[in-house]
Order: sequence, then C-alpha cells, then structure tokens
Amino acid sequence: MLITILFYTFAAVLVGAALGVVLSRNTVHSALFLVLAFFTSAALWLLLEAEFLGIVLVLVYVGAVMVLFLFVVMMLDINVAQLREGLTRYAPLGALVALMVIVQIVYVTWVRRLGLTADMAFPSAEPLRGTQGSNTEALGALLYDDYVLPFQLAAVVLLVAIVAAIVLTMRSRPGLKQQDVAKQVAVRKEDRVRLVKLPAEKGP
Amino acid sequence: MNEALGYWDAVPANLQDLVILVLQILGVTVAVILSVAFMTLAERKVIGWIQVRHGPNQIRIFGLPFLKGVAQPFADVIKLLLKEIVVPANADRFLFLVAPLIALVPALATWAVVPFSPDFVLADIDAGLLYVLALTSLGVYGIILAGWAANSKYALLGAMRSAAQIVAYEIAMGFALVGVLMAAGSLNLTEIVKSQSGGVLEWHWLWLFPLMVIYFISGIAETNRAPFDVAEGESEIVAGFHVEYSGATFATLFALPEYANMILVATLSAVFFLGGWLSPFEGIAPGTLLAEPSFVWLFLKIVFFLFLFLWFRATFPRYRYDQIMRLGWKVFIPLTLVWIFVLAAFVHFEIGPWAA
Amino acid sequence: MNTTPVAGAADFALVAPEIFLLCAACAILLIDLWLPQRLRQVTYLLSLVALVVSAVLVAGLPGERMTAFGGTWISDPVAKLLKLVTCGTVAAVFLYSRDYLLARGLFRGEYFVLGLFATLGIFVMVSSGSLLTMYMGIELLALSQYALVAFDRDSPVAAESAMKYFVLGAIASGALLYGISIIYGVTGTFDLDELAAGLDGSAATNVGLLFGLAFLMAGIAFKFGAVPFHMWVPDVYHGAPTSVTLFLGAAPKLAYFALALRVLAEGLGSAVQAWQDMLIVLAVLSLVVGNLVAVAQTNLKRMLAYSTISNVGFILLGILAGTPDGYRAALFYVVTYVIMAVGSFAMIVALSRRGFEADRIDDFRGLAQKSPWFAWMMLFLMVSTAGVPPFVGFFAKLYVLQAIVDVGFVWLAGVAVLFSVVGAFYYLRIVKVMFFDEPAPGLAVSASGSFRFLLSVNALAVLALGLFSGALLDAINRALP
Repeated sequence: MLITILFYTFAAVLVGAALGVVLSRNTVHSALFLVLAFFTSAALWLLLEAEFLGIVLVLVYVGAVMVLFLFVVMMLDINVAQLREGLTRYAPLGALVALMVIVQIVYVTWVRRLGLTADMAFPSAEPLRGTQGSNTEALGALLYDDYVLPFQLAAVVLLVAIVAAIVLTMRSRPGLKQQDVAKQVAVRKEDRVRLVKLPAEKGP
Repeated sequence: MNEALGYWDAVPANLQDLVILVLQILGVTVAVILSVAFMTLAERKVIGWIQVRHGPNQIRIFGLPFLKGVAQPFADVIKLLLKEIVVPANADRFLFLVAPLIALVPALATWAVVPFSPDFVLADIDAGLLYVLALTSLGVYGIILAGWAANSKYALLGAMRSAAQIVAYEIAMGFALVGVLMAAGSLNLTEIVKSQSGGVLEWHWLWLFPLMVIYFISGIAETNRAPFDVAEGESEIVAGFHVEYSGATFATLFALPEYANMILVATLSAVFFLGGWLSPFEGIAPGTLLAEPSFVWLFLKIVFFLFLFLWFRATFPRYRYDQIMRLGWKVFIPLTLVWIFVLAAFVHFEIGPWAA
Repeated sequence: MNTTPVAGAADFALVAPEIFLLCAACAILLIDLWLPQRLRQVTYLLSLVALVVSAVLVAGLPGERMTAFGGTWISDPVAKLLKLVTCGTVAAVFLYSRDYLLARGLFRGEYFVLGLFATLGIFVMVSSGSLLTMYMGIELLALSQYALVAFDRDSPVAAESAMKYFVLGAIASGALLYGISIIYGVTGTFDLDELAAGLDGSAATNVGLLFGLAFLMAGIAFKFGAVPFHMWVPDVYHGAPTSVTLFLGAAPKLAYFALALRVLAEGLGSAVQAWQDMLIVLAVLSLVVGNLVAVAQTNLKRMLAYSTISNVGFILLGILAGTPDGYRAALFYVVTYVIMAVGSFAMIVALSRRGFEADRIDDFRGLAQKSPWFAWMMLFLMVSTAGVPPFVGFFAKLYVLQAIVDVGFVWLAGVAVLFSVVGAFYYLRIVKVMFFDEPAPGLAVSASGSFRFLLSVNALAVLALGLFSGALLDAINRALP
C-alpha cells in the first residue's frame, strides 16, 4: 500500500521532471530537472529493492556526470529563440518517432513472448531480489563471473575514450613554463642567496 | 506515568516504530546542529590559541561570571537570523533561496547510516558506504547553484572552482573507500567497524595508512576548508559562492553545511580508519571497562580529527588552484590506485590482518 | 546462486591474443609517452611487432569451435581466419601510413595505439558469443575510429567529418543497443547460442522480436554503410586523412561481416525469413545507389566510398542467401574486397606528398607515362574491383551470385550483374585517365622502397588470388564448413 503510493508519487515526479527537461526555457533549469529525474528513478529502483543500482545512479550520474554537465551549461550562452526555430519544423517528425518508440515499448512489455511457444528453453530472467545476501553482492557475482568478459571490455572502451579525448584535445605548447615542485623543495640556500659584503655607509 | 504508557501501547506497532524513528532522527539532527554551533566557537578559540590571542571571550551564559565566550555561537545565530535576506536584482530567485537548503540536506542526511555506538544507528543498511559516497557527492550542488543563481561573477567563479575541485577529490575519496571495503569485506558501516575489533593494531589506519591520509585530505578539500578553500578565496574572489548571501540564508548555506560536513568527515574517518566506537584498550586490558566499545571512544576520535581540521587551517597557506588540481588528479588518484593493488595482494596472499 | 564456474585457465587461453593485444597497446601507449619525437619510429615498430605476435597467438588457437566465459566468447575457425586477415590488413595499413603521416606531422604514437585498440575491437566482434560482448566490440572499434578520423586536428574538414561520424555513429549505436534490449526483453538472453537454440520457425512472425531485429538491422546497416544508412560514408572517407581512410575502408568491414554473421546467421538463424527481406532492400538499394552515384564523382576518395557502398551490397547479398554457401561467398567477398580496398587507397597515399592529396581522379592523369609499373598495379586493383576475370574480384562476385541463384533469387542476381556493369564504367574511367591522358604536372610516385614493394605485392595478390582462387576458397571452406 505504502509502496504503491510511493511508487506513483515518484513516478509522477519523474514524468514531471522529464517534461521539465524538455520544456524548460533555461538550460540550467533543464539540467536540474534532469538531476531530479535521476533522483526519482533512483528512488524507484530503491522501491524495487535494487539499492545498488539506485545508489550508483545517484553517485555516478547526479554526483559526477551532472555536476560536470552543469559546469559546462552554466558557461554556455545559448540563444534559445534561435534554437527553437527548427523545433516547429521537426516537431511532427519527432512526435512520430516518439510515438513509434512508445508503441514498441508497450508492445514488448505487454506482448512479451507473444508467439514464442512455451516450450522454448529460455531461462526466464530471474529478478535478483530474494537471493541471499545483498543486492550488491549478487550483482558483483554476476559481473565478475557470468559477464566478466564484457565487463572488462567495458573498461577498455572507457580507456579508449580517455585516450581519444586526450589525443584530440591536448596540445603541447612550446615554451610553456612549468613548475617542478620537487625542484623547488630541494633548493638550497647556496643556489639562491649570494651574500655580498657591502661597506658600511660612511657619514657625510 | 502508567497512564501515558497505556496510551502508548494502544498505538499500532508500526506507528510506534515510526514515532521512535522520527524522534531518533530529530535527536541526531539537533545533536549535529549543536555540535556545529560549538564547532564554530572551538574553531575561533583553537585558532586564537595557536595564534597566541584570545578568541571570543565576551558573551557569557546569562551573564554568569565564568565560561567567558561560551555563548558566542548563540549570539551569532540570533544575529544571523534577525538580519535581512537580500536577494540580488537579477538573481534566479527560486534557486537562490533553495540552494542553501540543497546544500544542507545531504550534510544532514548522511548521518542516517553513521554507527554511533554498537547498538545505535538510524538506518543499518547494507550499502551504507555507497550511500555515504552518493550523498557526500551531492553537497556540491548547493555551492554550484548558489554561485550560479546569484548572478555574480565572483560567485560563479567560486562555484566553478568548487565544482572542479569536488569532482576531482571525490574520485580519490571513492578509491580510498574502495580500499576500506576491501579490507572490511562489507559495505555496511557497522560491519566495517566490527571488522576492526581486536585493538589499536587491528584498526584500518595501520594497513590503510596512505588511504587514511588521502581520505582525510580529500575530505578537507570536499568541505572547501583551508588550505583548499579556493571556492571562497576571499583574497581573490571576495567570498566566492556565498558572496551575495546574507542573514539566515548565509547561515544555512555556509555555516551549517560546511561545519556539519566537517564533523561528518571526521566521524567517517574515525569509523573507517580508527575503529569507530571500538576502544583502543581492547587488546591491552581485555575484560575491563576501558575495553568496552562505546560512543565515548568515537567522540574522542571525532574530536581528534576535528582538531586536525582547525590545526591545518591555522597552519597552512592556501593552495594555488592548479596545485589543487595537480594534487587531486596526479598524486592522490594514482596513489590510491596503487594502494588498492597492494591491498589486493595483501588480501589475496593473506598477509597481515587477513591471515586466515 | 549461479552454477557456472568462475572463468578458468581454459577460458583465458582462448582470449590470449586479445589479452596480449590489450597489454601491448597499453604498454606502447606508455612507452610512447617517454619517447622523444625522433625515436617515434620505435612506437611504429612495436605496433607492428604486437600485430605479428597476436597473429601468431591467433594461429595457435585450437581449430575447432569452442566457447569460453559462459558462452560470451566464441573461438572458431571463422574467427581465426578473420583475425588473421585483420592482423595482416592492419599491419599493411600501418606500413602504408608511415610516410604519409611523417610528411604531414601526424606521426604520433596515438595513431598506432588507436589502430591497435580498433584491432582489438575487431577481434572482440569477430569472437563474441553474446550480444553484450558484441556491443562492447562495436563501441571499442567505433570510438577508435572516431578519434582516428579527427586525428589531423588542424584540418577543419577532418573535424567536420569526425563530428558527423560521431553523431551518426552514436545514433546507430543507440539503435543497435535498443534492438539488443528489445531482443533481451523478448527472449531473456543475450547469448547467441541460447538464442539459436530457443528460437524456432515461429520466431520470424514474433512481432516483439521483429521490432528488435529492425533496430538491430538499422545498426548493422549503418556500420556497414549500406543504403539508406550510408550518408556518413562519403563524407568520412573524404574528410579523414587518407591513411585513416585506408584503415576505415578495410579492416572494419571484416568485423561488420562477423557482426552480421554472428547475430543474424548464428543467433537469429531461425528468423531468416524476417531478416532476409530487410537485407534484400538494403542490398538492392546499396547496389543501385552506390554504383550510380559513384559514376558522378570526381574525387577518388568519394568514388571509392560509393564503391564501398556497392560492394557492401554484394556482401549483404551473400549473407541474405541464408545458406552456408552464401555465408562462404560473403566471407570470400569480404576478404578479397579488403585486399583490394587497401591497395586502392594505398595508391592515393603513394601519389600524395607533403601539402598535396592525390585524391582527385584527375591527379592520376597520365600515370602510365610517369610510372608504368604503378599504373599497371592500379589497373589490376581497379579491374579486379570491377569484377573482370581472371582477377579475384570476379570470382568473389561469381560465388555470391551463385549462392543467391541457388536459393532462387534470380532477379536479385540480375540486378547485381546489371549494376556491376554500371560499376565497371567508373573503374575503367580511372584506367582510361591513367593510360590515355596527358600527365598532370608534378605527378610522381613519392613512396619509399618498402611501400612500393608492399603495394606491388598487394596488387599482384589480386591477380594471384584470382588465378589460384581455389586456395582461398579451400581456406574459407575449412573456416565455414
């Protein structure tokens, strides 16, 4: 009962926030609505007892990705009117695509396994809930056992992304002065200070 | 009295739980806020002492002739609450007023999973460590939004600095905690404390020493405390993200979350690395009262870390911004990564406390 | 909770080439960091060594089909063959690129490292036993390619084409992932073997599965560059530095062939009715549009891009036959096409020099007078791509046509032949320009000795493989029994 109420509350907020992302005139507000959307979906995951996914969603998307996103968005000076010019032209097409995607999702969730005969030997996707130990442990076991190879490959994909980003952005500028902290620390008095003997000033 | 208990018994059981829980939450929150109040006093006193001066010494409780200066925080609070809240002309009014609350909520909500004593923790959840990481990463929103909503260049600069800095140090912090969870074998904070039982040498500080140092320093950076307080940088950008705030908004944006987070980082350092509520005499005098785990030990450890905060502030000059970035990305992250591998080797080959 | 054992030594033995390649790429990345610019050749040589060693490791894999890591990895003869060809192709690309990169100040270690990572992506795609692994391979390859296209950071054209490639590629990846998730939603598995075992004839009429398949197909078609998902191909081929075009045009095609083979033929083999229709549309459109538009091109890189599109049409024809013969024909086609494509793009590299890209057809005017040997080599490559006997391109087309006629698609074969004839026109135009026009001023083959040698071998291989096509066919028959 309480769960149902919570679910509908969070779901309503989620939908509202998603609409806010699209409809908001201010890009920073859009980004913040997105944060809210992530938060509520994390809450929905918590309701499903998938606490690991929920918390990681907050940690990764809200805590890191969106912070950097906001960082960029705040520095942008976007002319919203100009951006909206194309909207009316492409809106019907966009609506059509959205409609198609919605129909598909409904179809697949609703008519799941339609036409596939019952005796097909597919392992039904068991929810992780109910396994002994925590959700985190169960996910860890899956990632490091059944899916260890794709999981490691995902890490390689990220590595390539980093390499690519650095290749495309880093330029070594000649003549750039850089600080060498170790050198600074290791400096001795003799290297820097020269004591000069000056004769005391004589009176006039 | 018995009559009152009778009424209490009539309340349904789950409602009883709810009432008790709410009271517990209120208790913890009030305790945190009071600690914050006295922390501000302690800060001024300790730094005064280090700099050979007095610090606040005028306001007394009800004018009593002793404990000069102890009531200073209350005077400050009353002053801040009575001051006018000024909203700048072109500010984003809603975000400007909401930002302090956004900063405050994570600072208080994280306390839910902190184990205060062997049998008192508000929410004993399995993924406690993740919860801590997730919530501490949210604190930056208050600062960013405050900086942006004020529509002031100084504030925006402060917010930008803060965002980059916090993201950088969060990674090192997260990796340090990965080490903790490898050592403890659990994400649950109570379990992490329990895994350290057996005396001072069993606490994580010994085998995770680099991680403890990095965690604590990252904690200082995350709370924007000196020497990492470039987000305020009063000598460069006036007061950074909170330059436009005044009165109660200033108190909730700046004072409360910053100090609450400081106490939180101190508490978590104690829990993760110094055995939380475990007694240091556990191995030396087993069976005696001194060896009993209790909140007192946690309190003393928190006070120790808080003193470090103040000591650092009084001692170190402020880092330059690029040096902060260098320290975070090029020193701490590689160090934590290396130590995670070292730890993995310890755990795998059953060296030290992992010897079966 | 699950009964599959933790991956053991036997599993790791099957991914030894990939593990080596990954470690080598990381090591080269680090070594390159400490090398001064004048020792950059070391990176280049180490990359070649890494490719050779992985090829040796691949050759040492067992010859029969084995799975590892709970079915997410497949090691079989096709994978072995494709990986060996990939190693050879990438090594050839590296050899061809060296002078080009040196002349343009692009000779940086990351080019080779990204090339190695792309090779790793191809390896992963070729061997993946589950949709999840496949997707990781696709992204690994795609990310490396995006970065390679933008590698010349001072060129606005390259940046623009990289941007186009990246944005469209991201959409295609999204479609692919969406298709994968729908298929997972319908069947509850990522595993291709489980999919194959669980689906029966009714799968072709399962609407949920069809939706997933449609998205998957859009993703595959985009990766291949089949019409109507081909818009990126000419721009990217044209905009990228030629040494990168060389890479894009060749080795990844092997991976995309593997993608189609694994997902469509192996995983969704019982839904052949469903994807056959989709592939027919893609193949016919690719043949028509690719060949017709290629005729109108004046830029050789763009022309070869459209030629790629039409050749993809042929590869898809082989796959859509849905028979082992068809898959074999497609494999034969893709391997020979890769050899021809590498050679053709290398010819552009050979004529380019500092500050000059020989990428217009006019730049080849009168090559026969200046350098008859390379004019003949180019002739071999062009004529073979056009499908003239006795060159290998002819046999490739022949086998594909045989395969589809065998399953009754005579009209398709007719369309394919018709547009091959159209295609022959623009290939022969280059031959005409080279042999019968006056030389363009400043035309010269400015390539080093090893480059000339490799290019000659490459072009002669087209003839040799044609004359002795049986040997390649044998290898392919053994790979895809």
